[in-house]
Amino acid sequence: MTSSILLPLLGGALIGLSASLLLLANGRVAGISGVVGSLLAPVRGDVAWRVLFFAGLLAGGLLLAWLRPGSFPAPSTPSAGGLWLLAGAGLLVGFGSRLGNGCTSGHGVCGISRGSVRSISATLTFMATGVLTVFLVRHVL
Amino acid sequence: MRPSLSAFLSGLIFAIGLGLAGMTDPANVLGFLDIAGDWDYRLAFVMGGAIAVHAALRPLIHQRAQPLFAARFPSFAASKPDAKLLVGSALFGVGWGLGGYCPGPALTSLATGAFPLLIFVPAMFAGFYLAQVLQARSGVGADASRPGAPHVGATPAP
Repeated sequence: MTSSILLPLLGGALIGLSASLLLLANGRVAGISGVVGSLLAPVRGDVAWRVLFFAGLLAGGLLLAWLRPGSFPAPSTPSAGGLWLLAGAGLLVGFGSRLGNGCTSGHGVCGISRGSVRSISATLTFMATGVLTVFLVRHVL
Repeated sequence: MRPSLSAFLSGLIFAIGLGLAGMTDPANVLGFLDIAGDWDYRLAFVMGGAIAVHAALRPLIHQRAQPLFAARFPSFAASKPDAKLLVGSALFGVGWGLGGYCPGPALTSLATGAFPLLIFVPAMFAGFYLAQVLQARSGVGADASRPGAPHVGATPAP
């Protein structure tokens, strides 16, 4: 049990460290939906750091795929129904996180670390609907 | 160090953290959200670890007058939760529960070129765009609602 929570703890600590670095150096909140989503409505002088953060995420993904491929699920061929589900899920994640001003990182990590009531409410809300959705999909439908 | 390097490093460390934590495998995420089934509690420690580190470092960082490469730290309006926040978060949670991906792990996994992400990520960007268009049209804090708005007064959290 101890070993099974060690990596999640370590990974979480790295995420906290990353958010701290971005705050210390760039004075920014490491909320992924905001950092990357704002690139769709770019503001002069506010683009480079977003692109570089995004590039860092992709570089990290490549590094993981190279050194620790088990970080990702084994390749599979989804069904046609699976494709629509993925598209719908992506649309909801993008729309919802932007409308709600943040996702797991911006609200769940940065906002809660700050003790923000808005972020705590947001996190409780998306946790609740996430749990409810999985419950419906796995145990009811 | 320069602002471009720190932003890149921050993204890199974030992605590696997500990967080590198990967040880049949707099976783990769905197992964590499945509290009625064989609940996989491990991912609770990801958020716990991240909050512990960031909550501990924030006060130290804020002892500085300003960030290393920026004029000021972000400021937040002391506003209460509103309908937009709650409806948006609720929809986000539904999408998270359907796909097992939130934005960070989705973008990190995009680097593998795996097929599901080639569907999920463009759809997510379409969602970002739709939300921005909707907010610009309704005019309700179209600018203030942008977390990325460059320090034009206080923005709602985060």
